[in-house]
This record gives sequence, C-alpha cells and structure tokens, in this order.
Amino acid sequence: MLTAETVQAAKTVIEISGLRKSFGSNEVLKGIDITVTSGEVIAIIGKSGSGKSTLLRCINGLEDFQSGRVSVDGKPLDHKSPAAMRELRQRVGMIFQSFNLFPHLTVGKNIMLAPTLVKKKDAAAAQAAAVKLLERVGLSEKFNAFADQLSGGQQQRVAIARALAMDPAVLLCDEITSALDPELVGEVLRVVESLANEGMTLLMVTHEMSFARKVSDRVIFMHQGLVHEIGTPAEIFGNPKTPELKQFLSSLAD
Amino acid sequence: MTEFSYWDILRNLLLAGRWTVALSVIAFVGGGCIGLLLLILRMSKKPGAEIFVMGYVQLFQGIPLLVLLFLAYYGIGIFGIDTSPWVAAGVGLTLYTSAFLTEIWRGCVLAIPRGQWEASQSLAMNFGEQLRHIILPQALKIAIPPTVGFLVQVIKGTALASVIGFMELTKVGKTIANATFNPFLVFSCVAVFYFLLCYPVSLYAKSLERKMNVDR
Repeated sequence: MLTAETVQAAKTVIEISGLRKSFGSNEVLKGIDITVTSGEVIAIIGKSGSGKSTLLRCINGLEDFQSGRVSVDGKPLDHKSPAAMRELRQRVGMIFQSFNLFPHLTVGKNIMLAPTLVKKKDAAAAQAAAVKLLERVGLSEKFNAFADQLSGGQQQRVAIARALAMDPAVLLCDEITSALDPELVGEVLRVVESLANEGMTLLMVTHEMSFARKVSDRVIFMHQGLVHEIGTPAEIFGNPKTPELKQFLSSLAD
Repeated sequence: MTEFSYWDILRNLLLAGRWTVALSVIAFVGGGCIGLLLLILRMSKKPGAEIFVMGYVQLFQGIPLLVLLFLAYYGIGIFGIDTSPWVAAGVGLTLYTSAFLTEIWRGCVLAIPRGQWEASQSLAMNFGEQLRHIILPQALKIAIPPTVGFLVQVIKGTALASVIGFMELTKVGKTIANATFNPFLVFSCVAVFYFLLCYPVSLYAKSLERKMNVDR
C-alpha cells in the first residue's frame, strides 16, 4: 500500500485538489481535483467563462486562490513565499494567447534572459541553448530579430522556445493559437505536437478540437467551474456522457 | 547711483541665469531620484507603501510651490539648522518635482501591457528583475517626452525661489529693475532669458516624441 503510493507520487507532476477560486463574489473554480502524471498531454476544453484559463493561471501562481491545494513535483504552491514561487515557476512554463514577447529585446535575448538571471547560466551556455531551441522551433535565422518583425506564428514559436529555455517539467498553454491567423495555426501546433511526442508534460486550454483529439492522452471538459467530464479523447469526443458536453460539441460542429 | 548700461543688464542677467540652470538641475536630479524611489516603492505592493506614496504625491502636488519654498526656508530653520536659500530652494523644488515625476512615470509604467509582467513572472523573475529588465526599459521610452516637457515647468518654477532671496534670474532682474527704474525693459530681458532656456527644451521634447513615434 505504502509502496504503491510512493511509486505513484514519484510519477505525479501536478496534483490539484479541492481548488476554489473567486473573483469577488463570482466563484470561477468550484472545487477542482486533477492529477497529472509525467509525460501526459491534457487538453482542457469548455465554453468561455468555464474557468479553463483561470485553472491554468492558478497552477503557476499568476492567480491566487481561496482554498484547495496545488502542488508541482510534490511541492505545494505557497503564495506567501516568493522563494517557493520562484522555485515553482522554474518548473512550470507558460505560453500565452498574446505571445507576450519582450518587444525591446531581440529574439535571442528574449530566450536567454530568464536562464541567465534566474538560473545563473553563463552567457555562452545560455546563448548556445537559445540557438538550439530556436532551431527546434524552426526559427534559427531569427536570433537577432525583434518581435515586431515576426509573424504571430513565429512570435508564438519564440515564446515556446523561451519557456523551454527554463527547462520546465510542465508546459501550460493558454489558448496559444487563438490570436493567430488561420494559416499560422498549423506551424505552432506542429511544434506543440513534437513536444508532446518527445514526452513533455502538457496542459493546454484549446479550441482546436481536432488537435486535442489527435495529441492528448486525456481531455477535460470544464463546465461552470467544475471538471464536468474527463476521459480519453475517444471517450470525450466519441461518446460524450453528459448533455452539457454533447451540447458543447454539437455547438462546435455548426 | 550707478548707471546701468544695456550691457550691464544683460551681463548680470546672464550671470544669474547660471543659478537658474543650476537650481533646475538640482531640482530635476533630486526630484528624479526621489521620484523613481517612490515609484518603485509604490509598485512593490509593500503594506502601507501605496498609501504613503499617494499621500506624498497629493500633499506636494496640492501645495503651491511658492508656499512650499516658504515652508522649506522657514521650516528647516525651526530645527536650528542655518538655512541658506540654496538648501531651502533645493529641498522645496525637489519635493515638488519628485511628486510630479512619480505620477508621470507611474502612468508610463501602467501603459506597459499586463502580459509583460505575467510573462516575466512566469519565467520566474522576481520583482527587481522584472523592473530592471522588462518594465523600466519599456517605460523609459514612453516617459521621455512627458518628462522633458515637465522640465520646462521646473525651469520656470525656479523663478519662485526669488522670494526666499535666492539670486537667480527673477531676483536679479527685480534688483536691477529697482536700480534702473526701468522694470519693463528689465523684465522683458528676463522673459527672453527664460524663453531661451525653455524653448530649446520644448523643441527637444517634440523631436524626441517624433523620433520615438510614441503613438505606435
């Protein structure tokens, strides 16, 4: 019994239990329990306002929460300790809908900045890593470019490289293709897919259902601040059990 | 009674102009340093910091500079410290300038999109690193035009230091006017001097604004 538990604990990357979060009197998350194991790819779907993005933002501490527990790599998230939050955020990378590249820095510096500051990597090592990461997202020639010289898809791929530079255990993707022109969505999704294939643990809020179906191990359907249905892509998309999920999926088909 | 030639008037005003410039520099450097510290204090979200800075800004923006200078001049004296007009004018103008610059710069920091804070936070940067590497470099760019614009206000504001006996342009102008009985001529010259100091600064602010293309 004990050993079984420790084995499972060793594989668990994120553990969320009883997570509740309100903005004022508006409760957005009403008790979320999720366990994510290493290498798992999880897609979070649901209507806007169902709490998907808020859930992601709670995991890396961008949002405070009222009750419940979030732990990453077995370490509980503690908002009151800046040192603990700094530690946690090095393990959890985040990619945003609006890219959020630093416009005053070159692409290379965007990627190198946090590793040199936070991880105290020396400049040469950080640069070598940045070059490699840019190659990985297919933008090796853009090292000295600025964000405003790149397309949305390229900016998002740089943002992915920047998050990877911190060597995170988990990557949170918050609707990362929603701000892109349709023809640029594919290039970003291909990068995410290659990460998934390489065993990166991914939690992604997405509206790309066919992508979620293809890449994810489990799909979470959120509804009114709760995990309404959870299962494999085949179960969720092929055999939805609740009327809410059925309705959500059919509304997408229109 | 000595006779004042035009040259005498100009020469004396020119010499006094140095002190106007010096006082402006003191006010601007002092006010800039304190203003920046107050801004950082306010953004640090330390308990009580925001109220303190807001109170400071409201207080010194709400008191006329003239009264502030009087208070500095006579106030420091109460503590038994022998105040020169230099110290009093420096202190008064620094308080005034810092209150305004903090507010101007806070607006510039608020103009930086929240995503910049969030992205840098997600990359595990702490508050100091975020400020130094992400927020302030971007805020600085938008801050330059309004800051230089405010410098003009400060230069003109130094004229008030004449009331506490500081021998700058206005005070010297008044003295010469009393001696020559030709105040209109003398103060016209004083006005020209102020204009010559301020106009290039305004021009510079305009050109910076164009160069940085702030609207973008």
